[in-house]
Amino acid sequence: MQAIQLHQPASLADAAKLRSGNDDARFLAGGQSLLAAMKLGLNSATDLINLAALPDLAGIKVDGNRIVIGAMTRHADVAANADVKRLIPALAVLAGSIGDRQVRNVGTLGGSIANADPASDYPAAVVGLGATVRTNQREIAADAFFTGLYETALQNGEIITAVSFPVPEKAGYVKFKAPASRFALVGVFVSKGTGGVRVAVTGAAGSVFRAAGVEAALAGNWSAAAAKAVKLSADNLNSDLHATAEYRAHLIPVLASRAVTAAG
Amino acid sequence: MKADGIGARVTRKEDHRFLTGNGQYTDDISLPRQTYAAFVRSPHAHAKINGVDSASAAAMPGVVAIFTGKDIAASGIGGLPCGWLIHSKDGTPMKEPPHHILAVDKARYVGDQVAVVIAETLEQARAAAEAVSVDYDVLPAVVDTATASKAKASVHDAAADNVCYVWGHGDAAAVDKAIASAHHVSSLDIVNNRLAPNAIEPRAANAAYDKSSDSYTLYVSNQNPHVERLLMCAFVLGIPEHKMRVIAPDVGGGFGSKIFLYAEETVLVWASKRVGRPIKWTADRMEAFLSDAHGRDHVTNVQLAMDANGKFTGMKVTTTANVGAYLSTFASSVPTILYATLLAGQYTTPAIYAEVTAVFTNTSPVDAYRGAGRPEATYVVERIVETAARDMKLDPAEIRRRNFITTFPYATPVGLTYDIGDYPACLDKALKLADYAGFPARQAEAKTRGKLRGIGLSSYIEACGLAPSNVAGALGARAGLFEAGEVRVHPTGKVTVFTGSHSHGQGHETTFAQVVADKLGIPIDDVDIQHGDTGKVLFGMGTYGSRSLAVGGSAIFKAVDKVIAKGKKIAAHLLEAADTDIEFKDGVFKVAGTDKNVPFANVALTAYVPHNYPLDKLEPGLNENAFYDPTNFTYPAGTHICEVEVDPDTGKTQIVNFTAVDDFGNIINPMIVEGQVHGGLAQGIGQALLEGCVYDSESGQLLTATYMDYAMPRADDLPNFQVATHVTPCTHNPLGVKGCGEAGAIGSPAALMNAITHAVGVKDIAMPATSERVWRALQGRA
Amino acid sequence: MTVNVTMKVNGQSVTAAIAASTLLVDFIREHLRLTGTHVGCNTAQCGACTVHVNGRAVKSCNLLAAQANGAEVTTIEGLAAADGTMHPMQAAFKEHHGLQCGFCTPGMVMSACELKGKLPNATDEQIREALDGNMCRCTGYQNIVKAVKAGLAA
Repeated sequence: MQAIQLHQPASLADAAKLRSGNDDARFLAGGQSLLAAMKLGLNSATDLINLAALPDLAGIKVDGNRIVIGAMTRHADVAANADVKRLIPALAVLAGSIGDRQVRNVGTLGGSIANADPASDYPAAVVGLGATVRTNQREIAADAFFTGLYETALQNGEIITAVSFPVPEKAGYVKFKAPASRFALVGVFVSKGTGGVRVAVTGAAGSVFRAAGVEAALAGNWSAAAAKAVKLSADNLNSDLHATAEYRAHLIPVLASRAVTAAG
Repeated sequence: MKADGIGARVTRKEDHRFLTGNGQYTDDISLPRQTYAAFVRSPHAHAKINGVDSASAAAMPGVVAIFTGKDIAASGIGGLPCGWLIHSKDGTPMKEPPHHILAVDKARYVGDQVAVVIAETLEQARAAAEAVSVDYDVLPAVVDTATASKAKASVHDAAADNVCYVWGHGDAAAVDKAIASAHHVSSLDIVNNRLAPNAIEPRAANAAYDKSSDSYTLYVSNQNPHVERLLMCAFVLGIPEHKMRVIAPDVGGGFGSKIFLYAEETVLVWASKRVGRPIKWTADRMEAFLSDAHGRDHVTNVQLAMDANGKFTGMKVTTTANVGAYLSTFASSVPTILYATLLAGQYTTPAIYAEVTAVFTNTSPVDAYRGAGRPEATYVVERIVETAARDMKLDPAEIRRRNFITTFPYATPVGLTYDIGDYPACLDKALKLADYAGFPARQAEAKTRGKLRGIGLSSYIEACGLAPSNVAGALGARAGLFEAGEVRVHPTGKVTVFTGSHSHGQGHETTFAQVVADKLGIPIDDVDIQHGDTGKVLFGMGTYGSRSLAVGGSAIFKAVDKVIAKGKKIAAHLLEAADTDIEFKDGVFKVAGTDKNVPFANVALTAYVPHNYPLDKLEPGLNENAFYDPTNFTYPAGTHICEVEVDPDTGKTQIVNFTAVDDFGNIINPMIVEGQVHGGLAQGIGQALLEGCVYDSESGQLLTATYMDYAMPRADDLPNFQVATHVTPCTHNPLGVKGCGEAGAIGSPAALMNAITHAVGVKDIAMPATSERVWRALQGRA
Repeated sequence: MTVNVTMKVNGQSVTAAIAASTLLVDFIREHLRLTGTHVGCNTAQCGACTVHVNGRAVKSCNLLAAQANGAEVTTIEGLAAADGTMHPMQAAFKEHHGLQCGFCTPGMVMSACELKGKLPNATDEQIREALDGNMCRCTGYQNIVKAVKAGLAA
């Protein structure tokens, strides 16, 4: 791994300042994707700004009809949290399916969604539940947050502080794992709540997206059969070493139907 | 049975050090004044090297030296040798283009070593390696196995059509006749996918030169240190063997990939004298994917002729085997000698002909990987037998039964003589354990859950215990294949055994100790096994081909016999009896028919304190060597049965039952044998369901060079296996053992693919049978 | 850039000035010379480098040593009793032949130890899923599952 300058800010403001104007700096949350990428020479960051010492970034709170999860909360803690399991069990399931057990012990919600890996799990929950991403500057609606391949609406120096998830009436997540990486070959998050039906798909395209066809079918008839009957176009889906776009297009309604079943 | 003797489930002596972090693997060893090496590797599959500019890299902090292929060539060093000479069917020898330890004028695969940087720290070596500038002209790459011989580009000038050899084996005319007169001929085109061996310990080496003695020490993660030394000294570097000590300390898995003499450690040894300091190199995982010799990579057409009763009358096999960019140490023997000689399988097929075309491509070299040739042979035989059963509408078990060899010894039409086996017994036991009879009911039940259930059999055979040296020599081997052992009895009656076999997970320190303890009638704790050091062990050919116990164990057995024979003479002297009247049993020498006796330890002490000793007739000491050269191969065989459920919505396959019944001959430690079977099955199932090296067909880039892209079997990918044995003792080695290391990897892929194709109702699905491939097969069927 | 780190490793306090980019595994292996923790892939997949940081199993090849500053770290060398008596999980691996070449073993054992108390009456399937962060090429996992089951019950 390349030589780095490691910064240990004590406040959000200091952290943001260290990042501003330094294109070669990256925030270090859990580092499970960042450090791996740096070791493979895929990320040439020269400065890491460790967010670990910042206060109040980790933790899970129930706030009315929402669960607010701090950005530095580790996947394992989300997966094991009693409130999450009770109110949004699909989110606990999702967090418990990320990477592997050791990665879940270190990786964080904020780090994951800021990285916006097209095959990672959390974006499916953020979009699938219509969550709100809170930063040191503003609140960003889920639908506006993920803007492309490894791209988000975050500005330079903007730091995710928490994600606020509305508690849905029902939600389910089913992930079809790529056998090598255990990332989502395709993952589908479905939910039904005050905001209507949402179906978010990860792993299938350059970024998480909402499957409008499946949403429409489920809005009319919330059933596994309705989801499964949808035919999706393979246009704009990924074809790679692990699966063709056609196969991914086939899997989306299949997994959506299973997610509906899982949602109960 | 002695509680820690032959046949006992003894826990392993080596485990404590592994479990407490006290194992010592090559990378764990750091020497005084240690330096570190990083290799500059070709990013191109095929490129002309116009020049290497290392000036700016050489000026970087910590850099000790940089060497290129030109430096090596200037010192008169040749390339790496291939240990087995194969002749084409027209009588010409195989093409053996030079395999430079650092590329000179061309790089021939992605990862080919072009230069080495040696520095004070690993980070400095790696940073400087990145700064070495190589001027390449990229050339078109030859990638695909099936079409390599028709490619426009040539990997080597010496083989313009990329063909290394075209080898024929068997009676082609007899086979053509059988096919022409057959009631039915089943045919199948199959691919045996390329695998990366993936020992979890990456290859590593640490080479040191001692000026005062003009000698070298090489620590290397290797399966056969004496072979490594012989090849490196005598065939590459010209170092006298007695000036080189090779130590293979704890080795974290090999599976074949650590048999071979590689460029990296050879460069390290060569450079260690030039820099005058020890040099360490440990592959990172991507380097391992690129530079470890891969396995398999065959494209095959097979035709099986039979009569109206499904009795096999002839088989024709046409295979193209990819050997990669250079001939690795045993590359030429794997798709020939270790492959075509096994094509009779367990069957009486009277006429068999195989033609194998080995091709060079711009890919990593391919050599032996767990099973080496025999998994490929089994895959051909057991897939075509299954196809034949379906074509003939016969039960797959029944068609096998009708064709089994049942009388022994049996000479096959492909050059082997099976000494013993009981194939119907293994089949029957497997059918019973797998509840074969209950399959239709389970299939029907699965259907109610929307799942497609299939069952597949594979009755494999392998030739192990490599090998009778004279037979191997006649077939082109450039080395002997015996094994050596030494039993050193200490004055107190404790024993140190030195074996030329090498353990990299197989548990020799336990199994071999059981054999010796059992024979000498002493506790297993009184026996230590030493291996893996040419400075300690007299000689050795190493561990591969399921040979350790059958060949290495037999050498130890013979040495123990010599110890006992000498002990009898000493005991006779002590007991004032004739040598011929002395019996040895349960650790005690005894005058037959009397209660006069002397324990083993007393005899040992007498041998070293020879005050009352027949010095006129007998040398003092109790230390015996033996070399054992087998008279035949051993023939482990068995039946594997796999049952799967396929989810038609996704194509995902779940293994719901896997049964293996194996005949390994006598068993020394059933716990270790089961572990070997489990591990082999996991690798075979990995091949069939998950694993495969994929190259970009144009650029020759290895697309599966990390664990993000190469699917290694994890715990939740695999089922619990049901394993059992049926024993017919090997007839020609003293332990009656056959070897168990490779069987799992040999038998299982065909069983699994027979099950999946049965579930889906298609003739073939390519390995690995990914969910998408299975789903597509289902779409095609519908 | 050099950073100062202090942590407790296997109960002993250690302090060092190291390059900021030093990975925890390199700190453990190269600086402390505790070579029981292994590197099998260096990309956070194989799990051979698993150690405990503040009681959690983590991949030490995917963590900066500086991230473990102030933490309690346990490696495979810290598991057995001072007199050499193995931890129940280590003993279970030996008893059930849960290891062959031994290279993945330290990470596998450390990973398994973290499950203590978390998977009461675990099924084989649950244990297999829980081992998703550790690869073994030798055993086919069956005896590892057996060993973990016994080790958790001990």
